[in-house]
Amino acid sequence: MGILNKLDNSVEQFESGNIIITSMDKLLNWSRLSSMWQMFFGLACCAIEMMATSASHYDLDRFGIIPRPSPRHVDIILISGTVTLKMATRIKRLYDEMPGPKYILSMGSCSNCGGPYWEHGYHVLKGIDRVIPVDVYVPGCPPRPEALLEGLIKLQEKIRNQSLAKHTA
Amino acid sequence: MEINDIYNKLKKAFDDGIGEVKTDVPVSPFIFADRSKINAIALFLRDEESLQFDNLSCLSGVDYDKDNLAVVYHLVSYALKHSLVVKCLIPKSDPKIQTVSDVWAAADWHEREAFDLVGMTFEGHPDLRRILLPDDWEGHPLRKDFKVPEFYNGMKVPY
Repeated sequence: MGILNKLDNSVEQFESGNIIITSMDKLLNWSRLSSMWQMFFGLACCAIEMMATSASHYDLDRFGIIPRPSPRHVDIILISGTVTLKMATRIKRLYDEMPGPKYILSMGSCSNCGGPYWEHGYHVLKGIDRVIPVDVYVPGCPPRPEALLEGLIKLQEKIRNQSLAKHTA
Repeated sequence: MEINDIYNKLKKAFDDGIGEVKTDVPVSPFIFADRSKINAIALFLRDEESLQFDNLSCLSGVDYDKDNLAVVYHLVSYALKHSLVVKCLIPKSDPKIQTVSDVWAAADWHEREAFDLVGMTFEGHPDLRRILLPDDWEGHPLRKDFKVPEFYNGMKVPY
């Protein structure tokens, strides 16, 4: 049974079936990390790789990651590309509109640290972490879909180890 | 039509509105024009039977030298299959030039971009706002003397 494999050793199942016992944290975390809805939002060339990752070959949908066109619906936002100062203002606003718990994945050199624009890009924000808190950084210019998947799996690991009782935000 | 023929035609029509012609350059040869007559010159270039420059393929703003800005017009005639480059120098002390957006509609956004990044004012432009940078941005970043601000709206800008 898939659910038992995912919840692994924290689950106890009774012989007659239909009843399982687990902790609230494990169940909630499992459901959250299995349906990380993503903001329908792309910025630059990294967005092309993000789209490639969403498409059938790499298939983000198998992780339960589907793009949603409103910040009210989403759990994660992939900052996929160069963040200009003008766009940073909008991203901050979108981030503030997302309901918690919310996660940020910074994809590629530009959104990690300004990338090739670090010195002469008067209009480029040198890292999205100057505006909103980042959970996972994926390096690359742009990162391949495998690298983005690795980052998302890291984010799943982070969610798996969180707890309702120990509030972290 | 070759550049010298175009030059003679313009010189005849506008006299001192047209500066010199430069042909010994590694790029396309170009003609200097007076910034206060450029609108009439543009109209002439478009409507004259033997010129018919029906397409403004590019309009660029340039920080030209120590004292001057420039606007460069790249023109193409689809009808007669020839092209032309016109430059207008604009002193930095008085950065104004006539618009050509009523001659070629393509100039509308190009002039907004030149204004946004280099900072010359196009007189007669219907809607001269910034096009790329945020409305509250200060300065024109493609000027050689532009200094990157330390902060923009509370966000640190330098690396």
